[in-house]
Amino acid sequence: MGDYKKMWQDPNMDIEKHDILCAALPEQFGDIYLTQKNRPDAMNYFNYVVAEIHGARIMELEKYKKEGGSVVGTFCVFVPDEVILATKAIGVGLCSGSQFWIEDGEKVLPRNICPLVKAFAGAKIGLTCPYFQSCDMIVGETTCDAKKKAWEIMDEYMPVHVMELPQMKREKNIKEWEDEIKIFINRMEELTGNKVTVESLKKGIDVCNRKRRALKRLYDLRKNIPSPISGLDALLVSQVAFSDDPERFIEKTEELCDELEERVKELKPNGKKRIMVTGTPMALPNWKLHSIVEGLNAEIVVEETCTGTRYFENEVSTEGDTIDELVRNMAERYMDINCACFTPNEGRTEDIVKYAEEYNIDGVIYYNLSFCHTYAIEYEKIEKVLKEKDIPLLKIETDYSEEDTGQIKTRVEAFLEMI
Amino acid sequence: MNYIGIDIGSTASKVSVFKDDDLKLNIVMPTGWNSVDTSNKIKEELVKKGIDVEKSKVIATGYGRVSVPYAHKTITEITCHGKGAYYLAQEDLTVIDIGGQDTKIITVEDGNVSNFTMNDKCAAGTGRFMELMANTLNVSIDEMAQMALKGRNINITSMCTVFAESEVISLIGSGANREDIARGVVNSIIGRIKSLLNKHGVKGSLYLTGGLCELEPFIQLLSEEIGSEVKTGPLGRYAGSIGGALLAKNIEI
Repeated sequence: MGDYKKMWQDPNMDIEKHDILCAALPEQFGDIYLTQKNRPDAMNYFNYVVAEIHGARIMELEKYKKEGGSVVGTFCVFVPDEVILATKAIGVGLCSGSQFWIEDGEKVLPRNICPLVKAFAGAKIGLTCPYFQSCDMIVGETTCDAKKKAWEIMDEYMPVHVMELPQMKREKNIKEWEDEIKIFINRMEELTGNKVTVESLKKGIDVCNRKRRALKRLYDLRKNIPSPISGLDALLVSQVAFSDDPERFIEKTEELCDELEERVKELKPNGKKRIMVTGTPMALPNWKLHSIVEGLNAEIVVEETCTGTRYFENEVSTEGDTIDELVRNMAERYMDINCACFTPNEGRTEDIVKYAEEYNIDGVIYYNLSFCHTYAIEYEKIEKVLKEKDIPLLKIETDYSEEDTGQIKTRVEAFLEMI
Repeated sequence: MNYIGIDIGSTASKVSVFKDDDLKLNIVMPTGWNSVDTSNKIKEELVKKGIDVEKSKVIATGYGRVSVPYAHKTITEITCHGKGAYYLAQEDLTVIDIGGQDTKIITVEDGNVSNFTMNDKCAAGTGRFMELMANTLNVSIDEMAQMALKGRNINITSMCTVFAESEVISLIGSGANREDIARGVVNSIIGRIKSLLNKHGVKGSLYLTGGLCELEPFIQLLSEEIGSEVKTGPLGRYAGSIGGALLAKNIEI
């Protein structure tokens, strides 16, 4: 990574502490990613993004801000990027995937909440994430109690806009989400000074849909036996999707898919067990489970997670001539995401069963971040259905620390021996 | 041809040798602090007993399975314990394995592992917990189990080994009967196992493997608390190494 010390100073960073993080990441990335054999050439772009994660992209954000543009940070697949794009702002998914930030997070939050929430709070209050420092505002949602209450604490450090996500999927709830999207439009208009028009919103929808399509194409290619891309690499693409420039991301992902399409013609079965991961998100740089599984004789071919299918499944319809109609289309698409924050959430079980067939799965690993109660509770339902369908299932509950890696490896290895 | 299973556990290392279909030999020794040293010692021991390790098929298992340089393959202790317990019990069963650093419940159907549950990263309900508490009471594990039979239960409320230890120390300080404390300790382990079993479900008979397999009073209390007979035998501690040796038959070298 280049020398960005000057740039990081501007947004008020803790440079010394941030240096520790910047020193650890390349080593971790090198060990996990660059040791993989026979990677697609097009992954070079994504390697570059990681190498420059706190450099080149931040420079773009800073430049955009100097020109009068706005940057908003998000944490969740429910925040409608279409609106952010329609007001000519840049949306970035924020840092929340490393143990590095936990210590600072625990200064203001209880220890027994999910590591993702502790990490993003720590990244902000420890001043060790340049994305946070670049943001004019962050957009929260009410997907769980830990996040809901953490926004109040974050609000002391920077402007926060919270969207109230309904917890059921009745017509009245979809209408409520429409209202929330409209309130968000107003807030974004105030922040940026740019009015949302039918045209700009349609354009935003189009960009987001094309991004979804590119990711869907990548995932469809993983249905091949064997998959032309490792689970680790596919996960990285999904993670990068949250913070990269959307147009460039689409272009690079399509290039990757072109290459994979060629690869598929040459590949021969490799005897590796095909694994689906389902559960909680894996924010950058959380590669823990994937590196354990793919260090054994297995490949992860689909993630039914927020950093997987939940991010790209279903598009927003562009039909309609008014903002109201387009907002309705968006609300319908977002309320169709099968997150464990909803009750009931039968759609998720159906998705898992469907993917198990489509991706030719040998076994499912239920990935649960510690203290994520909604997903932990929902396990029971999923387990019952998968048992009926005779699909092997293993639950792994863990956080970002490395100390349980040996135990998890033993469990996954035994699971692979069993299926 | 000899088939050798080597189970390097966190506390004890176990070795089993089959000559064709006959179980010929079992060895147990402390793992110590260096698994590679232990596996070398095992090799010397085997050679002394006239077993040509070089001409045998060897599978290593247990938490130190990667530290056996002369093993042809590593297989997890879960698969090995399932195989070994099936060999010992000669029927489909649910295995309770109480190891030094973890406790596992393993379902064996048609001779193969069909499901398993392991305790989370925590020593509660493991052999290590038993050892630590016996140390605190200043008795051996055997003595503690004997004492427990005579005692009346005192609830040890802490799930965590470290806190449970301070709880036991306070109980000693408050003058509680040592037999009662011993019963409390044993019941707390059994409680953990019970909750793992409830979550996992039981199929077939119950079979105990691991280092506590010869601890009669413990097995008696375990059966009473669970409400059904827990079978075991003196070879229970070798289930992992026996399973490893049996699986070694099928590997190509």
